[in-house]
Amino acid sequence: MQGNTACAEGALAAGCRFFGGYPITPSTEVAEHMAVRLPKIGGTFIQMEDEIAGIAAVIGASWTGTKAMTATSGPGFSLMMENIGYAVMTETPCVIINIQRGGPSTGQPTMGAQGDMLQCRFGSHGDYSIIALAPSSVQEMYDLTVTAFNLAERFRTPVFLMADEIVGHMRERLIIPDSVTSEERRPLEPGRLPFQADSGQVPGFPAFGRGYGVHVTGLTHDERGYPCATSPSVHEELVTRLVRKIETERDKIASFDVTNPGAETVFISYGAPSRTVEQVMHDLRRDDIGHLRLRLVWPFAESMLDVFRQAERFIVPEMNLGQMAREIERHTDREVIPVPKLGGALHSPGELIRVLEAAR
Amino acid sequence: MTVEDWLRQDRLPTIFCVGCGNGTVINCTLAAIDQSGWKKEETVFVSGIGCSSRAPGYISADSLHTTHGRALAFATGIKLANPDLKVVVFTGDGDLAAIGGNHFIHACRRNIDLTVVCMNNLIYGMTGGQGSPTTPPGALSTTTPYGSAEPAFDLCGLASAAGANYVARWTSYHVKELTAAIREGLAVPGFSFIEALVQCPTNYGRRNKFRQVLDQVEYFRTHAMLAQKAERMRESGEAVPENMFVVGEMLRRNRPALGVRR
Repeated sequence: MQGNTACAEGALAAGCRFFGGYPITPSTEVAEHMAVRLPKIGGTFIQMEDEIAGIAAVIGASWTGTKAMTATSGPGFSLMMENIGYAVMTETPCVIINIQRGGPSTGQPTMGAQGDMLQCRFGSHGDYSIIALAPSSVQEMYDLTVTAFNLAERFRTPVFLMADEIVGHMRERLIIPDSVTSEERRPLEPGRLPFQADSGQVPGFPAFGRGYGVHVTGLTHDERGYPCATSPSVHEELVTRLVRKIETERDKIASFDVTNPGAETVFISYGAPSRTVEQVMHDLRRDDIGHLRLRLVWPFAESMLDVFRQAERFIVPEMNLGQMAREIERHTDREVIPVPKLGGALHSPGELIRVLEAAR
Repeated sequence: MTVEDWLRQDRLPTIFCVGCGNGTVINCTLAAIDQSGWKKEETVFVSGIGCSSRAPGYISADSLHTTHGRALAFATGIKLANPDLKVVVFTGDGDLAAIGGNHFIHACRRNIDLTVVCMNNLIYGMTGGQGSPTTPPGALSTTTPYGSAEPAFDLCGLASAAGANYVARWTSYHVKELTAAIREGLAVPGFSFIEALVQCPTNYGRRNKFRQVLDQVEYFRTHAMLAQKAERMRESGEAVPENMFVVGEMLRRNRPALGVRR
């Protein structure tokens, strides 16, 4: 099955019943598959007039208690940024699939890239945190889409599946499980204010049409949901909680694979470049070379790096100019060697082996 | 129930300026909803950004105060995900016709089952009085200090051309007519568009020779021409005077609608 189709199937298995979006290469197969499947199972597919409207419809649908998602690529992702911030501020669960292509601007519509890794983290205005996953196989396009929905429901936040054209258009064997673990949205408890956070820092969800009479606004709001945009303390408390509810859990939700934890030289990868690293590891069969493969990229759990106690250097091949390498540098005193690659082709095993040789 | 029962009493008073027409339109809308027998738990109010869009914050039902211009796109998601919900959208001339223009056209084309009440104050009120797509030619604003050099949008004409099932225009002076039109809009399946011209004494009136609050309301009274009369004049080859504007029910039809439970 193709990666994009596997993503759509994963969404349906996770309980997604609403898709709003706009066609854009190389993500369109996700929308096309949802357009075929959703009406048959009582869900809703709508092609909106642009990506801004696509994410808006998804957020609206989510407030009725429906699991909802959209899929896009670079230019559409840029258009969605304002409403992504709205989803963060209003704590709206939703899933955004980004099948990354070469940018900036229209760039390389049919070629893979990982150039939006910092945009997904920081692209909307203001301070906030989000969750982002990065699949490196067709199986993970399915599995991590399920995970994305579960994390969105649990944390009441937008969750990004930061795939790329290579994984999205790759065809591989997919094993569809008989059932998946599916997290359901915790409703607002009676007697509690709609944006009153409990110790878990995530308030219960007051879905529309259930008699809550909730007011939802992108303005800074108090626990009642009422605008309170000029109070320094209300704003600070709200934004701090929105960040904390995700950042304090980063070690618990971290998802990664470790190969050779005693290695001195360690590859760190996510998404399509992981495949090249896996090839190199397979070809060289050396204990002194390790691999940290990230499935969950944001929030970045720096404790992952501590697994490699003997590490002297981290080699980070990315299909961008070193976006996650920059984050890794922030958390370690070891040498970090970015291996940037632009243009749409994967790193070849030979390229990575040359970096290994040069690093010693 | 009464209109009072639909208000969040703990949110009053509103942020609207003294003499603002928005409260009148909220009152008319809630009266229409109340007369239609709608229940709070099945009603959702959606809005974008601007003075008009603060309305849902004062109404005690589920409400989504969204981003600038996008209210119709959010409302589309709500209505399609749960067609049992009745969705009313409050918007303004800047929110609907400028930044949200494309969503407006496409919501009309889809003829999605929403009732949209546009408070047209001819200006950007919230940001201090900049020209909007409905600012009349020659009118003064902070961004048209020498008089607006652009033609204004006819919002009802746009909604009619784009495919809405119900289109009407009234003003904050025509309280009974406006209430009746919104009631009609609530009942018609498909996209209902009701434009309500409102006075904005703070940011439009004082710059455009409406020195007192009631001056602009009086202008609405004396310069409104019924759609039927305007039609008769057109049929007899007479021109509708340029200083008049047309009010009344502009259109009612039965195109297939989206988001209606069958």
